[in-house]
Amino acid sequence: MLPAALLAGVLAWPFAATTAHAFTLEEFSFDDPAQQAEFRGLIDELRCLVCQNESLSASQAELAQDLRREVYEMMRAGKSKAEVVDFLVARYGDFVLYSPPIKPSTYVLWFGPLALGLLGAVVVLRTIRAKGKGQEADLTEAERQRLAGLLSPGREPARRPKGDRS
Amino acid sequence: MSKSLRFLLPLALFVALVGLLFFGLGTDPRKVPSPLVGKPVPQFTLPTLQDPKRSVSDADLRGKVSLVNVWFSTCVSCRAEHRQLMAIAKESGVQIVGLNWKDDKPDALQMLRQFGNPYHVVAFDEDGRVGIDWGVYGAPETFVVDRKGTIRYKQIGPIDQTVWEQTLRPIVDQLKAES
Repeated sequence: MLPAALLAGVLAWPFAATTAHAFTLEEFSFDDPAQQAEFRGLIDELRCLVCQNESLSASQAELAQDLRREVYEMMRAGKSKAEVVDFLVARYGDFVLYSPPIKPSTYVLWFGPLALGLLGAVVVLRTIRAKGKGQEADLTEAERQRLAGLLSPGREPARRPKGDRS
Repeated sequence: MSKSLRFLLPLALFVALVGLLFFGLGTDPRKVPSPLVGKPVPQFTLPTLQDPKRSVSDADLRGKVSLVNVWFSTCVSCRAEHRQLMAIAKESGVQIVGLNWKDDKPDALQMLRQFGNPYHVVAFDEDGRVGIDWGVYGAPETFVVDRKGTIRYKQIGPIDQTVWEQTLRPIVDQLKAES
């Protein structure tokens, strides 16, 4: 057997040798289909540290296989999903989670887009209101009266410009 | 809102965004910060690489400032940093503990025979279990451990002369000065 090597993504990692293994999930089977589904769901939510855009379930990195085995054995031993996640976060940090937890250091990440959207809405509303006011102020007294006539139902406008067929 | 602010505010936001993105260009996403920094070293007991009857454990990391270096023999960067580790072992009194990670024993021993052994002791982590407890996700990685057995720094990637002189040596010197 070749000496142990790290990963499948040759270019992804500058300082490690590689071999081409193919790992499958077949060795990880549970008697209970619900637990099997939970296992699959969990490794889908965990990130492989080596090829960072792959989940633990998809990665062919050797470390991913080791971690899948770790998760599998913990679940077989009756550990809950939260316990498995805590185990990995304590060692590898929040980075192993695809969905970052809500805490002070991630507030900007979670609520930043919402705050930006609200800020944008405020700016748009203010701009619209400022524009509306400005136009009204531009009307002369005669125009104002004509506008009132146009807008009140059942009354003909005082004067109609030529060619206006509306 | 005053007129000048109306123009200056978006400009300031834009400059801040450019600054943030520029900062992002200089950081390496492969270097994932370790949650273990500031924590005691994980408990472990492993056989040594040279002699399976002797063992090495986290207790060996207490009382001395240590570098815990994760390596395996076919890792090109580990070989590249090996010469620097030899130099560190010679020049500095720091205890270097090897964690031979997911390796073939004959190859690992051969590498030490060929290039010298900078390690005080080498733990043999054949299946990588201890590596998982240390949050290892690649090699080489090097942990700086203080006298109390607390991890104080994690170096991801090879140690070259620059890394040693500018980053690790100042930390080691500072830890040695601590009582």
